Amino acid sequence: MTDHIDLEQSLHMYQQMAKIRAFEEQVNELYKGAKMPGLAHLYTGEEAVAVGVCEALQRDDYITSTHRGHGHCLAKGARVDRMFAELLGKEAGYCRGKGGSMHIADPDSGNLGANAIVGGSAGIATGAAMSAKMRGSGQVAVCFFGDGAMNQGLLYEVMNMAQLWKLPVIYVCENNLYNEYTHNNETTAGELSARARAFGMCAEIVDGQDVHAVYVAMQRLVERARRGQGPAFLQCDTYRYYGHHVGDINRAYYRSKEEELEWRTNRDPLKILGNWLIGNSLTDQSVLERIEADVNAEVESGVAFALDAPYPDVSEVDEDVYA
Amino acid sequence: MPDRELTFAEAIREALAEEMRRDPRVFILGEDVAEAGTPFKVLSGLFEEFGKDRVIDTPISEPGFSGIGVGAAMTGMRPVVDIMFGDFLGLVMDQVANQAAKVHYMSGGKLRVPMVFRTTMGATRRSAAQHSQSLHAWVSHIPGLKVAIPSTPYDAKGLMKTAIRDENPVVFFEDKMMYKLKGIVPTDEYTIPFGVADIKRAGDDITLVATSSMVQVALGAAEMLKEIGIRAEVIDPRTTLPLDKHTLVESAKKTSRAIVIDEGYEQYGVTAEIASVIADGAFYYLDAPVKRMGALDVPVPFSPVLEDLTVPTEQSVFEMAKMLCGK
Repeated sequence: MTDHIDLEQSLHMYQQMAKIRAFEEQVNELYKGAKMPGLAHLYTGEEAVAVGVCEALQRDDYITSTHRGHGHCLAKGARVDRMFAELLGKEAGYCRGKGGSMHIADPDSGNLGANAIVGGSAGIATGAAMSAKMRGSGQVAVCFFGDGAMNQGLLYEVMNMAQLWKLPVIYVCENNLYNEYTHNNETTAGELSARARAFGMCAEIVDGQDVHAVYVAMQRLVERARRGQGPAFLQCDTYRYYGHHVGDINRAYYRSKEEELEWRTNRDPLKILGNWLIGNSLTDQSVLERIEADVNAEVESGVAFALDAPYPDVSEVDEDVYA
Repeated sequence: MPDRELTFAEAIREALAEEMRRDPRVFILGEDVAEAGTPFKVLSGLFEEFGKDRVIDTPISEPGFSGIGVGAAMTGMRPVVDIMFGDFLGLVMDQVANQAAKVHYMSGGKLRVPMVFRTTMGATRRSAAQHSQSLHAWVSHIPGLKVAIPSTPYDAKGLMKTAIRDENPVVFFEDKMMYKLKGIVPTDEYTIPFGVADIKRAGDDITLVATSSMVQVALGAAEMLKEIGIRAEVIDPRTTLPLDKHTLVESAKKTSRAIVIDEGYEQYGVTAEIASVIADGAFYYLDAPVKRMGALDVPVPFSPVLEDLTVPTEQSVFEMAKMLCGK
């Protein structure tokens, strides 16, 4: 942990992580209660990555997200209630119910959209960075993707161009070890970050459970991108507590309960930050509990809003095919 | 308005140049588009006028630069992405069909992708199976895209300007064999709206619906048909998506017979869609089933004697029309 991050910022990051945690627990309940249609890919356990990365961004910086994207959207500034509404296919959702869990987009907070094609948004993020450079806007773009996307060719094509053209894009690899249901030691040759270095790209590896570490590294990479020094690759080692999606219950054939317990117990991003804050006498347990109570209340009222919200009118089915 | 003759390639180039002068957000991205001006030299001179920041050479990474085009379009630019051969659409289909085409709808209308994928089509250039296909039916299948398929220099310029100004992703097909085709192009500003077919030749005995290079084939066949007293109407849809169903149906109602001629594969092709539209809209007016003439359903062969068999010709269209008219 670094110590040059002020208390207010740390508490904000704690609050953001707690909000994502509470949001995802509620998604799990909605899904199990058959109130949520479709698929749900929970981000629980990976909160420090989204929050550490987005804390280093400004509101008009861009992100692109993944099928496991709820955390990215929230960290970038999306509202809980409209996110739930989208997950339930309601009119009040960010995409008026047409995107769902895997396609939430919110241009107002710089979110160019979650993408259900693994690695599919690498081009979009790189193009957003190119556009920012052409317009001289000073914005940066962040491309979130998992370790599974490291075997998609698109990623390497755009990393090559980003490095050639010094585009302000940061490729954030959330290495949660599993490509859906398969450990990445069965799918991925060599070191993840070495692939970025092969392009001459600045590449760093951080503990993705330590939000301060993610934030500090990201701040550095964002600053150099804004200075015109080009793209970077940030590997964040993390872990998803649940399965690939909520229906992935029996996981013993690909990972052990002991491994899951170890991460939950000793590598939890909320506990790590909370312990640091308390251990350094910067705050006490009651402050953290109040933050958690506040986000729980926000999440509960967000769910209630979404459950009560109307579905889109059927006349909207063929709206927005064309702009 | 003063007119002059331009080639198809010159008309495309002029449209791009005018739009780039008009709108600083327009830029070109693709393989060998800059100094080389593409292998077909369609873009010659643009690099010299607009420079390396707006006419941008890419690595040979079609999915990558197509995706970059999508992202740039979503964030305030208006890219024209050059896919050198239509066959390479196979490489970029995720970016075209899953990303560009769906962003606007999936975002509930909040994001848009104003970009053009310029690409080529057309056989009979001895380029063999991976450089000769006409894959406009592939992209015409996907909601959210628009697909332009011009047949003359005039249409090419007007449709390209419309494509660049459109708020949606447009796939623009240029037949390689037509780049040297000459035609009248006004010097005054004009655009051609999408979804408006053009009657290339009026007639009332049979309707020949033809696309891209097949328009010239149909016009040649119509000339031959005139010799035997059959007046053929030649309709060019100009865009397959959106498709001007009204003009197609009205023509078939008038003539009571129709042949659809297109250079894409016949199976599941553009001809099937158009034939179905006519059959549906003009059923009680038809004196014969709507006939389809597309490319032979084989990978395009290299050998000239084989390749020439794969596409409809003036003679084959003439024969089909003659048969359909009972002559």
